[in-house]
Amino acid sequence: MEIGLSHYLTVAAILFTVGIFGIFLNRKNVIVILMSIELMLLAVNINLVAFSSFLNDLVGQVFAMLVLTVAAGEAAIGLAILVTYFRNRNSIAVEDINLMKG
Amino acid sequence: MAFAAAFFYLFSAVAVAAAVMVIVSRNPVHSVLFLILTFFNGAGLFVLLGAEFLAMILVVVYVGAVAVLFLFVVMMLDIDFTELRQGLLSYAPIGGTIGLILLVELALVFSGWAISSEAMETVAAPVEAAVGATNTEAIGRVLYTDYIYYFQMAGLVLLVAMVGAIVLTLRHKPGVKRQNIAAQVARTPATAVEIKKIKPGQGI
Repeated sequence: MEIGLSHYLTVAAILFTVGIFGIFLNRKNVIVILMSIELMLLAVNINLVAFSSFLNDLVGQVFAMLVLTVAAGEAAIGLAILVTYFRNRNSIAVEDINLMKG
Repeated sequence: MAFAAAFFYLFSAVAVAAAVMVIVSRNPVHSVLFLILTFFNGAGLFVLLGAEFLAMILVVVYVGAVAVLFLFVVMMLDIDFTELRQGLLSYAPIGGTIGLILLVELALVFSGWAISSEAMETVAAPVEAAVGATNTEAIGRVLYTDYIYYFQMAGLVLLVAMVGAIVLTLRHKPGVKRQNIAAQVARTPATAVEIKKIKPGQGI
């Protein structure tokens, strides 16, 4: 059976949904939430590269690289905030984060 | 062709299974390791799609940098993860409902998807087969010419992220002796040396 565009889109959709589900399932654990966001960005990248490949257009791969850059920056900043938060409160419980405001 | 199809199913099945393990795993270290497995299989899918350069970038950047950063933070922070997992299943129904709704929506969109015949004629940057170059060379030709501003902007994003991460995590401990280069350079003989005249035979 020929592997078409819809196969790749299906895999990406499943990965994206798993990422969304992970955010709800682990809503107390920031680290797993960040990992779920990485999964969703990977799904987006698979979509971009699949369209790039099946439409014979390289721009999709260029944009996938930009998404990769932003994902790397987001992970670095998110983990830095997490380390600072842990130093202040000795926990990473998500429900206490609103105490940081003001 | 059947060979490629078999590898597609292998990569995507392992990727989806590993992604599920990322979110249900008890130990966050296992989560990170399954995330690495997911990224490797995503890179395999990229190779199947003909995007070799992006596949290698995915392995180098994600597995080599991002996942290792996650692993480092998980191991550095002393967290009781069993406490964080309490009430895990109480969120499963609402999360499952929303995930299912999203999946159905995506399925509806993709099943009705048809690529316009005009889409093939409006290609902005043709793939390597059309220009007779490798994937890396073709991306370089596009990225450093038409998309140079995006490339520079990506560099700026990384710079801002780097500065932000350093500013957030840097802390100065009081009471630590540090080298003060300005004070060292500003030393003069008057401040550095004390001359004592000693008469012969008397000692100090």
